[in-house]
Amino acid sequence: MTLFIDLTLNGLTYGLIYAAVALGLVLIWRATRVINFAQGALATLTTYVAATLLDRSLNYWVAFAVALAAGLIFGALTERVFMRPLYGKPELNPVVVTIGLLILVESVAGAIWGSTDRGLTPAFSQLGLTVGHTYLDFSSFDIFILVSVLVLMGLMLVLFRWTSLGLKMRASAFAPEVARLLGVRVGRLLTVGWALATFAGALAGVLVAPLLLLSPNMMDPVLVYGFAAAVLGGLDSPVGALVGGVLTGLGISYIGGYLGSSMETVGAAVLLVVVLSIRPEGLFAAAKARRV
Amino acid sequence: MSRADRLPGAERLKGLQGQPLAWHIALGIVAAAVLYLVTSSVSLYDNTIISEIAWYAIAIAGLSVLTGVSGQISLGHGAFMAVGAYGAGLMMEHFRLPLIVPILVGIAVATVLGAVVGLPATRLRGPYLAGVTLALALAAQDLPTKFSSLFNGDTGIIVNQATPPGGVNPERWLAWISLFGAIVTMIVLANFMKSRYGRALKAVRDDDIAAQASGLNPNRMRVLAFALAAGTAGLSGGLFALWSGIVNPNSFSLFLSIQLLAGMVIGGAGSLVGAWWGALALVYVPQWTNSVTSHFSSVSAITANVQGAIFGLLIIVVMMAAPTGIQGWLSGGYRRLRRGRSRTELEPVLPLDLDLSSTSTAPERTRP
Amino acid sequence: MKYSIRLRGRPLAVASAIGAAALATALLVAPSSGASLRPARTPGVSKHQIVLGVTTPLSGPAAPGYDEIAPATNAVFSYVNAHGGIYGRKIKYIIKNDQYDPTLTVQYTRALVQNDHIFADLGGLGTPTQTSVQAYLNQHHVPQVFVESGCACWSKPKQYPYTFGWQPNYIVEGKILGAYIKAHYGRKRVGYLYQNDEFGQDGVKGLNREIPHRQVVATQNYEATPQGLGAGLGSQIAALQSAGAQVVALYTIPAATALALLAAAELHYHPLWVVSSVGSDPPTLTGLLSSFSKGKAGASLLDGMVTNAYLPPETFARNPWNKLAKGILRRYDPHFRWDGNSEYGFALGVTAVEALQKAGKNLTVKSFLNALERYGKSLPNPGLVPLTYSRVDHYGYSGSEVVKILRDGKLIKVLTPREITTLRGPIRVYTGGFNKIPAQFKK
Repeated sequence: MTLFIDLTLNGLTYGLIYAAVALGLVLIWRATRVINFAQGALATLTTYVAATLLDRSLNYWVAFAVALAAGLIFGALTERVFMRPLYGKPELNPVVVTIGLLILVESVAGAIWGSTDRGLTPAFSQLGLTVGHTYLDFSSFDIFILVSVLVLMGLMLVLFRWTSLGLKMRASAFAPEVARLLGVRVGRLLTVGWALATFAGALAGVLVAPLLLLSPNMMDPVLVYGFAAAVLGGLDSPVGALVGGVLTGLGISYIGGYLGSSMETVGAAVLLVVVLSIRPEGLFAAAKARRV
Repeated sequence: MSRADRLPGAERLKGLQGQPLAWHIALGIVAAAVLYLVTSSVSLYDNTIISEIAWYAIAIAGLSVLTGVSGQISLGHGAFMAVGAYGAGLMMEHFRLPLIVPILVGIAVATVLGAVVGLPATRLRGPYLAGVTLALALAAQDLPTKFSSLFNGDTGIIVNQATPPGGVNPERWLAWISLFGAIVTMIVLANFMKSRYGRALKAVRDDDIAAQASGLNPNRMRVLAFALAAGTAGLSGGLFALWSGIVNPNSFSLFLSIQLLAGMVIGGAGSLVGAWWGALALVYVPQWTNSVTSHFSSVSAITANVQGAIFGLLIIVVMMAAPTGIQGWLSGGYRRLRRGRSRTELEPVLPLDLDLSSTSTAPERTRP
Repeated sequence: MKYSIRLRGRPLAVASAIGAAALATALLVAPSSGASLRPARTPGVSKHQIVLGVTTPLSGPAAPGYDEIAPATNAVFSYVNAHGGIYGRKIKYIIKNDQYDPTLTVQYTRALVQNDHIFADLGGLGTPTQTSVQAYLNQHHVPQVFVESGCACWSKPKQYPYTFGWQPNYIVEGKILGAYIKAHYGRKRVGYLYQNDEFGQDGVKGLNREIPHRQVVATQNYEATPQGLGAGLGSQIAALQSAGAQVVALYTIPAATALALLAAAELHYHPLWVVSSVGSDPPTLTGLLSSFSKGKAGASLLDGMVTNAYLPPETFARNPWNKLAKGILRRYDPHFRWDGNSEYGFALGVTAVEALQKAGKNLTVKSFLNALERYGKSLPNPGLVPLTYSRVDHYGYSGSEVVKILRDGKLIKVLTPREITTLRGPIRVYTGGFNKIPAQFKK
């Protein structure tokens, strides 16, 4: 029973991080129909920014804020510089550009900071908490992960549901032409969308680095699981990102603990195929009639 | 109007045109001499590189048909190569058979797997299909260690080099085999795309409802495309096994699948000639950057990462400067050149190329 | 035929068909004079130069730490070159970044052999990568020496006479650590956590030869792919804890050791860690763990960890070899960091220099291999135990010492003197002395 609880808590922690990555992917997919494979690499870059500031013994929260702000800036820059010229071109092109960006950014990170992995100071202790006389696989830092990912989700929800910016963003994602006619500056909103998505990725980077050690390739596996989570939940649904992320995290943790690691990817693949053959556009696909 | 019309001495050749076979043999002998001269005049190392380019081109060409023509995305194409390589490798390890048999077995196994994977592909679109194929690529990498007794874990299967007939150098022999495989692949794929099935595939990609209305079965077409692309990758894997002399899971990482996708788009999605450009880029970019950096006296983080940075940059630059890939850009240039010279409005010709015009679809921002 | 090849509108098919015909013809008129596999002169050796090459990961997921090895080896060569070289020949060391991708290893190794005409492939890193070129190098009579891996596959002198391993065989290492566990913790419950590849599986084989089966209560692993550590090692450690393992043997790379320690610390799980030398380098681990728990832990997580060493632990500051290494690396490797990886590269470079020296003034592939097989056991180098090299054995180091890491990251010996063994044979005590620093390096 303790094992089950530990595996659940462990899976939840990682699942929330995958959810943040998935959320970033979903935001970009909704706005521009692009899968942003560079999201992980950009997050690595922002995490290195935080690590460099922490090395200069700056306050953790300053470094944290700078990393997230850097995420906003990198996201906006990516959209303006690399994505904008490609709209209207073959739809695979922007996706491949993000792959190129992934390779480029990881190499740049490696050139600047070297490929040796390093730790990143966490915001809070990573020692598990105690309940009665049992230790849990859940630390203060894990609580911080839980809270910050939920806050991120909440902010996005508020933004999209109740602010005019969010309304405009949804409008331009749904019907760009109509939105444009109504005076919405669609291009600017796409930039905002990319900035927010990379912001989510940057958060995932800062949160995962103390768990997985920071190296230029740190986010590669995280991005893969985050992508699986987004696909599982449905690429159009932020709620799907959260559910998909947690499910992926839990699934991998249970498989790793009970069945052995060599079943992890096989299990993930089976899960994905089963879910998608029942719901081809993910668990939280918008209900719609199939065209006949 | 065929191109031969405008070539010098075309009149005489035109006579041969009526008899395709004679025409091919005549040109074949000339080209044979050229090929023979190329493979024998370049160094043994360059022959190794020729083989590598050939198996990359084969895999990319198959992917190009799948993605460029049928519109389906595979992020796990390396897995099909792995299946072909393991299929062929295991046959070569356990039986002494003429080379062609293990290669065909590799193709067959990969084709079957492709058809199986193609089944969910009938329901999935875009990134959802990409997600499934990506999961497949990851799982494929872990299976050899899971079934270690058969696949010999991560050490892999040693494949004996193809024994060349008397006196031929092994490197050269392998280059011939690989080029032969590549050319057969190109013929098969080119004919497929011009065939009823190829046209049907494009119809399905562009509008599967309309295609269905005109009597096509889109699902069957998608499975067919997947099987074909997978079989092609299987051949590539078999040739890879011969080339590297060993089959182990480390060769078929997710990165390989991503490289193949990048190579395809760099060359030009949907273009078989583009597959060769993509293969050249995949082979020569790391080679070139490495030969530059390996002569620096000291290794630093910067020299170590130049290779990746240049590769990433190349992908970005090509995509932005030539959205239809190198081949699309070249044929565009060719067309412009011709138009300037003859000052007559010619029908748009894509020499040595397949239909690219319909791969350009505006990003779909509206929900269906 | 319905889809027969026609010229019009199908130029590619035509071109391809032509090519096919071309090939068929080319095959018929195949040349009878294939170039011979090797020229008469020893490749890579001239009056003033010896060319060596290597493929190793300098970037990508496998690079962390390992990217320090080849530069450290090169620093030894720079030192030797600055002091007159070997019989007047300077060593040129061509380092190619294969990113731990066997496809690139194959391509670059062939470039090294066929274009750069290397004398030997020295210090190639990795089991899957180097097995990919083992047959090729042997066919071309290019020595594949000091392969940086402990796979049993390097010692097949009959099949692969040109291949020599460097590290102690993983099974041998496992046996020594297993014997230590059996002798000192025979009543404790033991768990394993290993990397699910040749390295980890062989290590477990070695452990199992010494530790009784009933003593092992849990076996966990992770995949060697980049994905393998993408979810941390929390679930594996939780499973080991819940099985009640009191001693946990790790066959892990350093990053995985660090992740295992982090996960265990979170669970307040403190078994005795017994870690293979591959994943136990204290400076590396301390660096990885230093930021743990807001910097409060770090080295203390390593406290009491047992590991094995075949090179003098780099924290032994008074060891003459370590002093020498630090001096040379500081001078000739501009990006040097003193840890297990740079020490490893240094030791390998020194051994190569000594072997080349022993091969004599008239350096040929044959004289080089002879030198390794005849003098391999006595080549001066920093190792704590001799290399196994002989006509029948091409493994690297023949055993190791078992040491314990203390709170401050220092190490103490817990099993002395040093142990050596073979794959099948019993574990023996090595009583020979340390290697003296040769004259070559006293300038």
